[in-house]
Amino acid sequence: MTPAQTAKQQTVFPVNSEQKPVSGFYTLLYKEMLRFWKVSFQTVFAPLLTTLLYLLIFSHVMTGKVEMFPGVPYANFLIPGLMMMAMLQNAFANTSSSLTQSKITGNIVFVLLPPLSHWEIFAAYVAAAIVRGLAVGFGIWLITMWFYPTPMQHPFWILAFALCGTAFAGALGVIAGIWADKFDQMAAFQNFIITPLTFLAGVFYSIHSLPAFWQKLSHLNPFFYMIDGFRYGFFGHSDVTPWASLAFVAVSALALSFLAVELLRRGYKLRH
Amino acid sequence: MTPAVSIRGAQKRFGAVHALRGVDLDIEQGEFFALLGPNGAGKTTLISLLAGLTRPDGGSLQVLGHDVVKDYRQARRMLGVVPQELVFDPFFTAREMLQIQSGYFGLRHNDAWIDELLQRLHLSDKANANMRALSGGMKRRVLVAQALVHKPPVIVLDEPTAGVDVELRQVLWAFIRELNSQGHTILLTTHYLEEAESLCKRVAMLKQGQIVALDTTDNLLARFHAKRLHVTLEGESLPQALRALVLSQDKNKFVLNLSDYFALEPVTQELRKAGANVLEMELVQPDLEEVFVTIMRDQ
Ligand SMILES: Nc1ncnc2c1ncn2[C@@H]1O[C@H](COP(=O)(O)OP(=O)(O)O)[C@@H](O)[C@H]1O
Ligand SMILES: [Mg+2]
Repeated sequence: MTPAQTAKQQTVFPVNSEQKPVSGFYTLLYKEMLRFWKVSFQTVFAPLLTTLLYLLIFSHVMTGKVEMFPGVPYANFLIPGLMMMAMLQNAFANTSSSLTQSKITGNIVFVLLPPLSHWEIFAAYVAAAIVRGLAVGFGIWLITMWFYPTPMQHPFWILAFALCGTAFAGALGVIAGIWADKFDQMAAFQNFIITPLTFLAGVFYSIHSLPAFWQKLSHLNPFFYMIDGFRYGFFGHSDVTPWASLAFVAVSALALSFLAVELLRRGYKLRH
Repeated sequence: MTPAVSIRGAQKRFGAVHALRGVDLDIEQGEFFALLGPNGAGKTTLISLLAGLTRPDGGSLQVLGHDVVKDYRQARRMLGVVPQELVFDPFFTAREMLQIQSGYFGLRHNDAWIDELLQRLHLSDKANANMRALSGGMKRRVLVAQALVHKPPVIVLDEPTAGVDVELRQVLWAFIRELNSQGHTILLTTHYLEEAESLCKRVAMLKQGQIVALDTTDNLLARFHAKRLHVTLEGESLPQALRALVLSQDKNKFVLNLSDYFALEPVTQELRKAGANVLEMELVQPDLEEVFVTIMRDQ
């Protein structure tokens, strides 16, 4: 090629010379948030309704019959558990359904073609999941304030467990979304792993009310620590000390994150 | 100068299918290059390796000197790919798709170029329609626009005109030609060989994962010196001396195979000697389609 042609090329590229490229992370995060917000009726308001139904029914049946924590009415005991359960399920659903859907429809190529690093892709998906989880959790708290005002004794712990828990669930959703080739595999993951583990994590009871064997088993369930620690933030009372729970949750979330990024780096089921 | 695309010994297997069996290919900057081959030859697989959508089992690929595996971010910045599959995101409008795609490449304020892309690809009036509401040809053009949001130096189009009607095909190629004249390198695959012949200076033909021809379009056409002579006579009989040249016959219409232009003279002589009445005579050059068919048959 002649020097004249080379000179011409330099006037063509890059697209916007006055502008320094920023990370594609922000756009992917924005797109993932827009994606659930455009259907917020299903992704935010439907989980709010489900949670309120649980609350109304269980609190109606149980109030006055049991006291899980001394001096805490059952409905108030239940609220942080339901909040965390909804946050975890929605954070998981956000990453997993977005990835599975993009894989099945093929539009995952739009994310695979640009110069996004593996960490950028992972972080954007998980951050959007955290946002959806927090939106659902905050919505539940706002609405339940009218019926059963629940104190927040240690907001730091509440926030720490909310962030680590939704990050954990979002990262798990990334892994499940990469793994699943079909929607029924995704549904199986949700129905046979996520839902039972969250239900059996002490949403509805304190594990101290369980037989010893089930107590031990509950200690293997990562969701138990999230709910227990989250509840500590509200009542200053928990089954396990919150530092230990937070450490366990944070380390598990990190481990899952490294696993998810490694899958992205290898292109497992994404770059054949 | 660094080649726009440099491929060395590219290998790819999908289970038992050996999709690419060691492909070597260099495409210079500024070229307009066609990758041809029958269905299943491995064209899309080769493009996927280049774009990082698929991992090579062997060999190496570079875009403007950037290895597509080790230096994937730089390589992808240089590349704009129009995928063969008609994919879209049903959550968004055409304009949103283009803004999002710009953002993935780190470009925030790209609206002037996005407007130009929409206008050049005749999509302006559909810019704010949801992707679901667009026809196949429109979706295809949005894919083209998406590939161009970051003005990539190397543009790869995998059957971009499939499902696009004739008029808009012209619009598309005029635009791609213009980008090429500004210095963008173009690599395309197409099923319409006349498109490749008129657009591309150089062509590679792929068959069962191997390159079986790689040359300029002119050389490939010239390689087949043979010309075709279409003759229509009054009667259905041809002079004995010319029977050996017949490629095909349809009643009184004959197609004769000539080794070169000079072979025309003996034919006319024989016809005159036999007193044949020639109604029509036409000399036809081989086109890329014929070259393609011959190469695919002989290899
Ligand atoms: N993801 C895949 N899994 C299995 N086989 C594949 C895959 N992609 C392509 N192939 C096979 O590889 C070969 C080349 O395909 P492809 O590159 O799409 O051909 P072309 O684009 O030239 O029509 C074909 O035999 C095809 O069936
Ligand atoms: Mg193909």
